[in-house]
Amino acid sequence: MRKEKFPIGIPGVNLREIEREVPVTEPPAWPINDKLKHVGKSVKRTDAILKVTGKAKYTADINLPGMLQGRMLRSPHPSAKILSIDTSAAEAFPGVKAVYVLRSNMSGAEPKGGEDNGYPEIKYAGQAIAGVAAKDGQTAEEALKLIKVEYQTMPFVVDMDEAREPGAPLVFEQQVEQEETGGGGGGAKGLEQQGNVRGPSTKSFFGGPRGDVEQGMAEADVIVEGIFRTQVQTHSALETHGIVADWKPDMLTVYASTQSTKGVRSEMASIFDLPESKVRVICEYMGGGFGAKYGAGNFGVTAVNLSKISGQPVKLMLDRKAEHLAVGNRPNSWQELKIGAKKDGTLTAIKQESYGTAGIGLGAGVGRVAQAVYECPNFLTEQYDVFTNAGPGAAFRAPGNPQGAFALEQLIDELAEKLGTDALELRDKIDNSVVRKEERRLAAKAINWSRRKKPGSDTGVIKRGIGVAQSTWPRLIDIDSTAEVRMYRDGTVEIRSGVMDIGTGTRTILSQIVAEELGLEPEQISVKIGDTLFPNGPASGGSKVSGSITPAARNAAYKAKQEILKQAAPKMEEKAADLELKDGMIVSKTSGKTMSFKDALKQMRTSQIMTSASREDDYGGFMVGTFISHGDLGSVQMAEVSVNTETGFVKVEKIVAAHSCGRPLNPMQIQSQVNGGVIQGISYALYEDRVMDKNTGHMLNANLDQYKIAFSMEIPDIEVINIEEYTARSSTDAFGIAEPANIATAAAVANAIYNAIGVRLYELPMTPDKVLKALNLV
Amino acid sequence: MKKFTWVQPDNIDEAQRQINAVTATIATGKTIQGAAVIKAGGVDLLDLMKENIIAPAKIVSINALPGLGKIGFDEKSGLRIGALVKLSDLEENAEIKKHYAALHESVSHAATPQIRNMATLGGNLAQRPRCWYFRSEDHKCLKKGGTKCFAQEGQNQIHGIFNTEICPCVHSSSVSTALVAFGAQVEITGAKGKLRNVPLAEFFVSPQVDVTRENILERGEIITALTVPAPPKGQKSWYIKQAAKESYDWALADAAVVAQMSGDTIKDVKIVLGAAAPTPYRATAAEQLLRGQKVSEKLAVQVGTAAVEGATPLAHNAYKVPMFKAIVKECVLNLV
Ligand SMILES: Cc1cc2nc3c(=O)[nH]c(=O)nc-3n(C[C@H](O)[C@H](O)[C@H](O)COP(=O)(O)OP(=O)(O)OC[C@H]3O[C@@H](n4cnc5c(N)ncnc54)[C@H](O)[C@@H]3O)c2cc1C
Repeated sequence: MRKEKFPIGIPGVNLREIEREVPVTEPPAWPINDKLKHVGKSVKRTDAILKVTGKAKYTADINLPGMLQGRMLRSPHPSAKILSIDTSAAEAFPGVKAVYVLRSNMSGAEPKGGEDNGYPEIKYAGQAIAGVAAKDGQTAEEALKLIKVEYQTMPFVVDMDEAREPGAPLVFEQQVEQEETGGGGGGAKGLEQQGNVRGPSTKSFFGGPRGDVEQGMAEADVIVEGIFRTQVQTHSALETHGIVADWKPDMLTVYASTQSTKGVRSEMASIFDLPESKVRVICEYMGGGFGAKYGAGNFGVTAVNLSKISGQPVKLMLDRKAEHLAVGNRPNSWQELKIGAKKDGTLTAIKQESYGTAGIGLGAGVGRVAQAVYECPNFLTEQYDVFTNAGPGAAFRAPGNPQGAFALEQLIDELAEKLGTDALELRDKIDNSVVRKEERRLAAKAINWSRRKKPGSDTGVIKRGIGVAQSTWPRLIDIDSTAEVRMYRDGTVEIRSGVMDIGTGTRTILSQIVAEELGLEPEQISVKIGDTLFPNGPASGGSKVSGSITPAARNAAYKAKQEILKQAAPKMEEKAADLELKDGMIVSKTSGKTMSFKDALKQMRTSQIMTSASREDDYGGFMVGTFISHGDLGSVQMAEVSVNTETGFVKVEKIVAAHSCGRPLNPMQIQSQVNGGVIQGISYALYEDRVMDKNTGHMLNANLDQYKIAFSMEIPDIEVINIEEYTARSSTDAFGIAEPANIATAAAVANAIYNAIGVRLYELPMTPDKVLKALNLV
Repeated sequence: MKKFTWVQPDNIDEAQRQINAVTATIATGKTIQGAAVIKAGGVDLLDLMKENIIAPAKIVSINALPGLGKIGFDEKSGLRIGALVKLSDLEENAEIKKHYAALHESVSHAATPQIRNMATLGGNLAQRPRCWYFRSEDHKCLKKGGTKCFAQEGQNQIHGIFNTEICPCVHSSSVSTALVAFGAQVEITGAKGKLRNVPLAEFFVSPQVDVTRENILERGEIITALTVPAPPKGQKSWYIKQAAKESYDWALADAAVVAQMSGDTIKDVKIVLGAAAPTPYRATAAEQLLRGQKVSEKLAVQVGTAAVEGATPLAHNAYKVPMFKAIVKECVLNLV
């Protein structure tokens, strides 16, 4: 270990120095961004041109010699037993090369016991049953129609309220044991299950309940409470789930649109009983993922089986309908929230109870915002999962948290109003985050908070309002993150890692980090990622990529630098310790002697230098286990809306989004991430809604026409404020931003609507019909 | 999508020889040997095919038929729009913008710029409803020859508030809302070049007449043009479409008001509501209130209220009532 002095705090607020011990293999502390050349600068995306010219190859663009097209058969019934499946006609259909019937359903909860007749039990309309591979897609589609499935249909329930009723059709007759899959809390192992309701889950990784809520409520001078509802949101990434599977006797190669190459590898290896060394997963370019693209999936397993049977590569991309039905969604919620406070605003108790349905999946909780944003000695949450006959939920951009924030932040606003305090002043009092305090100050200035009027006081048919909401997100780290840096004799430098760039700009920041460390330009660094032949990188979820892989990348580059300096030193007649890399030159700090980096590489002992490094523990240790850093990713968003009080139409005019992600690596990319989060947040606030028919059990808007998503005209002026916040926890001190970007948006819009019309909306999405109802016009 | 063959005849006789079905018929599941249907821009036709609602054996593209792509305007005889005119051409037409403001508004708010570049007026009038039960292969509803209307008891938030008893789905041509208000006529060419001219309002068919189709087109008939009477002196018009979103979305409610004014006074007026009923809906009671009157804020509110008189909203679409009131009021106020 070595002692290093690091910057800590927020420049302009509380920037100071701190001494920490760092492993000797790690580089010296970086100063704040001001003094760095590439890190913290808006370097252009290295793959921008490739993407806009169509040269970047996504999974759907992969075409292998002899490749077949795969299609999937899905259940038309929401609940059924399969009595028999006859695939003979499909197999005999000209052009068909393989048919595969799934043994069981791969996603969602798996109850213990129960009978097994060799076919998956059908639990929702759209569930995968079988796949066909044929010479072209049309042939495969026609062959699907020839598969004869004999169903015994069963009662079903798709509506959460109905599923909670005693006597409702049971989605699972048996006890479901496993842990939640949706990442939203609400699904610990072994919870009690009654009817379709399982829970309550009361814990999170921030601990369990604290204090005594009843006593806290008794001590309160003011109590605010409400029941809030949020809808099911489907992921709708631009690129659907999909895979190209190429089964060869010595190696299974899989091209997948995935958020985790290593996750797909280990799942495929275990399903097909292969050593991990014989499974290669590639995801060079990725068309978006918000938490639903992990693992092998029913479609992936089907594609690999089809390839194995046919002996040919198989491409299987889901269509938009399957995307909506079967591969993940943000669960809905019904939440009752109650907050007690003293006259001066001090919170005395927060009590939260929630029900949510992740369909046949688990993890429909409402996250941790109510537990973690504000100081409050007494806290209790009880979060229940409700099973319904619908596609499984999946982690979705800050699982649970936008739901939780929608309730929490509206009630905090209500509390401020009851106390006769300004919404920001109250937050200044009960929120002890220094970061959010600064974010509130900057955001308030940007949106001109002081012009905010009394709720509903705007005159005229169209009323304007301003609202605020806050959020927190943990600084998650995946220590299984390794990068390798290579220097070649021809003067080129390369970084390799299995990590993907799912559109967030990982490729670009890796080039910035290595360039900074080696005194080169980002364009000189070739970035090779998204392949399990490279060292494991983090999965792209939990906003943990930047915080996990960039320290590893810098450390690997530092090691390579040490090696090249060691080799160059005798040739320059210098001591390696006196040399540094700067602007493409090796420079002696003592004599000023130089040698170009290229020349040094030309004279290497071997034709390449290879060094690698993994994500070490945080300097000074983690906050929780080996996966959460100290501090949080705090954010404050403010919304300005206009509401037509006669048509109920809401328009978001402006969003100010103030965020922190530690040391910002690339402000332009951060802005683009936050833009995306805000747009998705607005879309969630006002438009998106999975519509299910209770009587038939089908989703009615499984397309991008009736499933409404914000398009260009719905996107307001978005102003992104990025706080520089140093914490001295790793060699880059960087964290992610993807999830925090959309937690607070819907809540901020809701508070702005209240400010505009003076009536609160308790249910998402806040469509014209809900506004008109709230205004008593319906 | 099933395999199909494709022909593109260059004269109308040949086209009619090739065509042997209207899409409505094949959507009911009735088997027609080698079903061959008309394709213009293909926007709606391909949607139906992709959604497995229809699987025609042959597509007869009418895009090469001569003379159907022109817009003509004359102060005396009015407007004549060929069936193959694209919505984007209508949107850019200066005469329409000047003399038929409501039509210009309705066209420029329909769909998206990309779709307007492909969508023809003929196809727009003959497009099928967007009811999500109708568009779902999992629901064999009345419109598809089934025995049940799922919207009655189901999710009917996007459905109609008038004439809802049989099939409450609304006609999705919002362009027609304006065209009906202008008293447009459809020119239909039948076999052997036989022409018939039908008021657009009568072109549409209500579920009472035949729930499986929305218009009177018989097989082989081709819409060749649409005509709109010359603008009378003092004609003023406006159109508003209210959707859930501003960038392309189907109307939740839309309204067109076309008035003949003498100074501030309304001599005659037509008010038509779209997304209100299975066919464009004339709000005659509201029209009555306006005739002979001067436009005022108070009167506009009354007209809005009268426009939704007799509405029978369903379980999930009562919000459409105040929405129509609001947009009709706005349209009326826009006349002066
Ligand atoms: C996303 C989206 C949004 C939309 N929004 C709107 C909107 O807001 N308002 C609106 O009004 N419309 C809207 N539309 C509908 C669109 O305008 C129509 O689908 C389009 O105009 C159809 O024209 P087309 O030339 O592509 O017709 P096609 O798809 O080629 O044909 C449609 C039908 O009409 C028949 N047909 C076509 N031409 C003739 C003819 N000359 N004679 C007889 N039959 C014929 C065909 O057989 C077919 O059944 C939208 C469509 C989409 C996809």
